[in-house]
Amino acid sequence: MPSGIYVLIEHQQGAVEDISYVMLAAGNMLAKQTGEEIIALLLGNKIKEMAGDLKADQVIYFDHPDLEDFSPDAYLEVLAPYIEAHPPKAFIGGHTSVGMDIVCGLASRFGFPIISQCQKFKTEGETIQFVSQICGGKIIVEGLLPEPSVMISLVPGSYKVEQGKGDVSPDIETVEVAEILNNRMKLIEYVELDAGDVDISKEEVLVAVGRGLQNPNDLELAQELAGALGGSVCGSRPVIDQGWLPASRLVGKSGKSVSPKVYLAFGISGAPEHTQAITESDIIIAINTDPNAPIFEFAKYGVEEDAVDVMTALNDHIMQN
Amino acid sequence: MDYGNVQVSESVNQAFMNSIFAYPNGSRMRTCIQCGTCAGVCPYGPWMEFTPRKIIHALRMNEFEEVLKSESVWMCISCFACANACPQEIPLTDVLMARLKEEMLLAGNIPQELQDALENTQRYGNPMGESPRKRGEWIKALSPAVPLLGRDHQSVDVLWYVGDYASYHPAAILATIAFAKILRVLGVDFGILGSLENSDGDSQRLAGEKGLFEMLADKNAQIFSKFQFNEIVTTDPHAFNAFKNEYPKLGINFPVRHYTQFLADHLAEITLMLKKEIDAAVAFHDPCYLGRVNQIYEPPRQLLRAIPGVELVEMSHNRSNSLCCGGGGGGMWLDGYTWEIAETRSSEWRIQEVVPAKPIEDILTVLSPTRKVSKKNGNGKTANIPSRRILAVACPYEKPRFEDAKKVVPGAGNLEVMDIAELLADSMGL
Amino acid sequence: MKIVVPVKLIPDLVEELSIDPSGTALDMTWMRLVINELDHHAIEQAILLKEKFGAEVIVMAPDLEGADDVLFTAAAAGADRLIRIIGLGESFNNHTLAAVCQPIMVDINPDMILTGVQATDDLDGQLGPILAERLKMHYIGYIAGMSLENDSLILNKEFPGGLVAKMKVELPAVVGIQAAESPPRYIAYSRVRQARNSAEIEDIQTTVVDTNLSPAITRMFQPEAEERAQILSGSLDEISDQMIKILKEAGVV
Repeated sequence: MPSGIYVLIEHQQGAVEDISYVMLAAGNMLAKQTGEEIIALLLGNKIKEMAGDLKADQVIYFDHPDLEDFSPDAYLEVLAPYIEAHPPKAFIGGHTSVGMDIVCGLASRFGFPIISQCQKFKTEGETIQFVSQICGGKIIVEGLLPEPSVMISLVPGSYKVEQGKGDVSPDIETVEVAEILNNRMKLIEYVELDAGDVDISKEEVLVAVGRGLQNPNDLELAQELAGALGGSVCGSRPVIDQGWLPASRLVGKSGKSVSPKVYLAFGISGAPEHTQAITESDIIIAINTDPNAPIFEFAKYGVEEDAVDVMTALNDHIMQN
Repeated sequence: MDYGNVQVSESVNQAFMNSIFAYPNGSRMRTCIQCGTCAGVCPYGPWMEFTPRKIIHALRMNEFEEVLKSESVWMCISCFACANACPQEIPLTDVLMARLKEEMLLAGNIPQELQDALENTQRYGNPMGESPRKRGEWIKALSPAVPLLGRDHQSVDVLWYVGDYASYHPAAILATIAFAKILRVLGVDFGILGSLENSDGDSQRLAGEKGLFEMLADKNAQIFSKFQFNEIVTTDPHAFNAFKNEYPKLGINFPVRHYTQFLADHLAEITLMLKKEIDAAVAFHDPCYLGRVNQIYEPPRQLLRAIPGVELVEMSHNRSNSLCCGGGGGGMWLDGYTWEIAETRSSEWRIQEVVPAKPIEDILTVLSPTRKVSKKNGNGKTANIPSRRILAVACPYEKPRFEDAKKVVPGAGNLEVMDIAELLADSMGL
Repeated sequence: MKIVVPVKLIPDLVEELSIDPSGTALDMTWMRLVINELDHHAIEQAILLKEKFGAEVIVMAPDLEGADDVLFTAAAAGADRLIRIIGLGESFNNHTLAAVCQPIMVDINPDMILTGVQATDDLDGQLGPILAERLKMHYIGYIAGMSLENDSLILNKEFPGGLVAKMKVELPAVVGIQAAESPPRYIAYSRVRQARNSAEIEDIQTTVVDTNLSPAITRMFQPEAEERAQILSGSLDEISDQMIKILKEAGVV
């Protein structure tokens, strides 16, 4: 009988990623509803200490040198026999470059259904429902959490990082992995970001620009504004893809998550890939001419005007005072 | 080509030349005297590695491949200044430059902004990527509703072709609404196509996408022929140009007039309705595709002169010498590209020209030395200085471009940019 | 070398979406279907590899409205073979799509399968890894830029936080594309028209077997503006005033 709520822990460069805590928060909620145990799965090379603040009933730690860097092959090879021997009630992976490489593969191998783009769980009487957001955030889907086993890929946004951190160190069971035979994916090197560029994840004020910006020279307005407010400019995916800002300024799923005091979103529609990276902001002010843009559901304040007009007005205002 | 026993395959250079000669006036390229007037009059000439003259020179030197390696053709906004000035009447804009752009485009060598506009046109029938179903949304601001062909009517006197920017862009929609009100108050039997309307494709053609233009022309022809109407009236000079000059080349013939021509025909009627005084000095900006390309200069001026209180002022670059707003034929979608290189915009030059270097009273005295003193000022000493300064436009590209340019030109603060339709509607109290 | 690119046609988010009368599915009536943008990148990446290293590029699409356009545009870009999958009906999930792609892939026996790492309408997983598992092929996703070195791929895997890992992956493999090495090229309309006249689409008939892996949807809806943003209104001057006040209160100005 499948049991347990499993959470696949993600880590990079010696630290547990925020998404792992969000998943633990979600998993703990699910565990409470179902009366199941919550088990964190940690894979790596000599990183047992990372398990210290994971809020879980148990941590299964798989140790092997080949697990030093993420490889989908290595992870699948290690996890598959474990899942086969201990099928979960629910397996939660991140809707990320790590989780998405694993969740679907495992699910297909064992014939488990998959819930993608899952935001949160909720209870309706006796049943547990998943809530997913699809189509760029425009459609919400609710459904019954499949039984007996289900694989879930979770997007951040509904649970806070703090909710996934435990006060007490969990029970850690170490699995010494004998060998990894079939890893055909090897790391050559990590490509570092431009040294000397701003780390937007540490900024207190961010002036974010999106597709609503028609012209690269409108960026100057954004930079002027950011400078005046003591912050930095960042952007959503389309702006980086066009080469108007370097990749280090990308806010979103493939970029950085940010937690500024104020996030000014100019001409950003608010697709989940972007908004999931701004959930830890204190105040979001969204400026967009489309009143139906999903960003207005995330923002505390909204302005239904043209981005360039507002940036110009703000710059003028600041200059005069 | 056959040189006795030697077979020489057609070079890229020769192939391009032949493609130019295939056009009705293309062979005039042979008569280029390399005077360089084209480069001199071009708004972005200084930043063009290969001006029209240099392209022709390269072709003569069998060095066309060098031209293809350069991206400078994307500085061309297809404003027709060069073609208009060329003493040899070579079709520079819509044959030479457009064909060169087509070559670049076929090779996939095209600025991203333009690519987006063209892909959007292919998919949505408009370059902005807006939903075609929302093309007629602007009519919701009016009551009673604007008649929709297809839904309400099959047959009207006037088919009003609205156009892309006039349907979707918030700044341009104001003029669209003004014109709708004028048509209604004149009792014109008209209708619009709403979501059945597709881009006329003229600017896309000038940007090199001949295939796309032909597809749109075909589509439009099919849709137009479902309805009965006596003429097309359009608020968009680009559409006007397409329907008047380009569609007939594809065998598609519909009578068409620009809205200023249409309204000028009703001038007597309109004049009676122009009740409210508009106390303004008004400079009319001749749109490239109405003025220079189609030589329509008077009807817009007739309309403006009819408005009480309006003092019509001519700018030095007027009529066929008008300065393009930068929208040109495809210039709208090369804006980021040209700005990166030139760091200035032709729309800004136009605004600089309008914002007077001298106080307005001096300008007005110079321009009309015989002006009488107005009865308004009881002391009889000072001439009546209009309280407003307005740049009047008649093309949907212009308002957004001039509004933007205003923000960067010093002294342009109180300059207003208004479409002729808006001014008329205002004076008519609509 | 054979590269296959299976593409998905998904709801265009430019149009307004609506829910059908059952309340549990999207209303297909007015829906415009377009190629999944990341699949478009996958096609571009395949063509780039073909241009650099030589390959046969095969593009596959389900028989939905707009599939023709997608396939002919791919041909105009340089795809060698176009396959249209018949018999799927209008609404099917990724598990079903992977199931019908499987025998076709086995037949082709590709060295590489490139597909978008995800699509906005993915509710039940992603096509790439599901297909990989069915074919017992290795899968790696979130790839932005790739090249070939003998029998291996050298690719850039994107991680959150802007980190990129350059990795070596042995062929054969299934790759989930996040971005092609360069943005998809522009295809002139006349080229697509040319392709319509010269390129051939192979129709492959398929029988659909319900994989029974769809979640049971109880409700599908568009989010109400529940905790919607408080809209600041007035003139641009007034709005900037209000915004500066908010910034001051936040301790930022």
